[in-house]
Amino acid sequence: MSANQNIGLLTNRSKVVSVKKMTFMERIYFPAIIKGFGITFSHLFKKKVTIQYPEVKRPIAEIYRGKHVLKRDDEGRERCTACGLCALACPAEAITMVAAERKPDEMHLYREEKYASVYEINNLRCIFCGLCEEACPKEAIFLTNTIVPSNYERSDFIYGKDVLVEPVDHRVDVSKRQTPEVLNFKKDKNQSHNI
Amino acid sequence: MLKVTIDNQTIEVEEGTTILQAARLIGGAIVPPAMCYYSKLKDSGGKCRTCLVKVAQGSSRDPRPMPKLVASCRTPVMDGMVVQNITSPEVIETRKAIVEFLLINHPLDCPVCDQAGECDLQNLSYQNGNEETRFEEAKRTFDVIDIGDNVQLHMNRCILCYRCVYTANQLTDKRVHGILYRGDVSEISTYIQTDISNDFSGNIIDVCPVGALTDKTFRFKNRVWFLKPMNASRSCTKCSGKVTAWMRGNEIYRVTGRKDQYGEVEEFICNECRFEKKAVSDWTIESPRNIKRASVISQNHYTRLKNPSVILPLEEKMGKSPYGETKSINDKQS
Repeated sequence: MSANQNIGLLTNRSKVVSVKKMTFMERIYFPAIIKGFGITFSHLFKKKVTIQYPEVKRPIAEIYRGKHVLKRDDEGRERCTACGLCALACPAEAITMVAAERKPDEMHLYREEKYASVYEINNLRCIFCGLCEEACPKEAIFLTNTIVPSNYERSDFIYGKDVLVEPVDHRVDVSKRQTPEVLNFKKDKNQSHNI
Repeated sequence: MLKVTIDNQTIEVEEGTTILQAARLIGGAIVPPAMCYYSKLKDSGGKCRTCLVKVAQGSSRDPRPMPKLVASCRTPVMDGMVVQNITSPEVIETRKAIVEFLLINHPLDCPVCDQAGECDLQNLSYQNGNEETRFEEAKRTFDVIDIGDNVQLHMNRCILCYRCVYTANQLTDKRVHGILYRGDVSEISTYIQTDISNDFSGNIIDVCPVGALTDKTFRFKNRVWFLKPMNASRSCTKCSGKVTAWMRGNEIYRVTGRKDQYGEVEEFICNECRFEKKAVSDWTIESPRNIKRASVISQNHYTRLKNPSVILPLEEKMGKSPYGETKSINDKQS
């Protein structure tokens, strides 16, 4: 600090620029070029630090918080009832939804009398904190260990129900994200909120 | 004037005042909650028992305590009465039991219910109730009934407070709905789903403490905490035209009466204002309504503007405020 104060610098990170004159060997430039090529060439034989992403994937945790999924129940009905608690809990305000009333002939599609006709998550806003999952009273939304892929258009990052709702014949396993406490809670009939 | 002490706070009230009214005159945390009592409706109260309080001293003439807890909305004040509400563990314990009792047949469909977020029963159970239920038996269930074009009745959610019956009796000239049957099986209903089409019938939505009577024009449109309540008014021939417009952006989702801190409307409004006037051009939007800090509706809503004060170092440097005689923050504190 005292040295900096002497020369009147604002931070202790700045360095004094050397104005030393170059020697003859440095001035002819070629040795430096050859040295540089040598470093580049030696890297061909070293272990690569990057991976070829879509083909090779790094291992990620089973409870990684990635792309969202809207779960269906055992009978294949959508669990989400558009209560809006995920949107309320979302610190990034990434979730929007429009609710609709279930018609009598849609009993097999939706679990409750109200459902989300539009459910959108803006993945450009989402910070993958998992608060929506925590807020959900119907165990409808979960985060999965799938990474949200890159896209060319900004609008392509807004995921609607066509992407989020899990297909009936291709269920997404979220059991890893449910702690033993949560699973016990679901077993206890007295406390179950899903009856 | 009668002298009454509620939770160690003494107040003088007129004869005929009930304990609940006296407590509301004092205000604050000592006011007993009320699910069925409604100050604007004559004869309401005495049904739900949430306002039970302990009378430690009946009056100065007869200082014996009352043997049981009494419903504060129905018990008139006596001179020298000493009442305990939140200072009595017995009252707290009883209230917890009453909440459990009210929730016996109440479905846990808050995620679906339109009242969630402004529901008296929800607030009551958060403040006084247990986190879990002990009730294992099947709850009684009813089908949803349409009462007229604009009101929908979910009898499942009803706690039989009778407020809507009194509203229809006292506000409209002809009541067509009421309580059918008795005891455990009693239910609010109309005779063969008679249409309620009086000009003021929509007020049964506002007085309902739970989501049993809801606005059909607002059904599943939005959650209340995404809307911003605004004071709005229009010149109406039938009512005062002073309402709360629940807005999101530049759109009015629903119109209700202006509710005070106890959840009671200040003035009853007519059906035309409530159901038909949903365009912003119909209303003069006055100001945002004050929302309780603890309410979920206050989420992301700002009702007050703090006026910027002159920054102190600027004042120190310039000697005096550039805006004339402005007192600095330090001056106010001293």
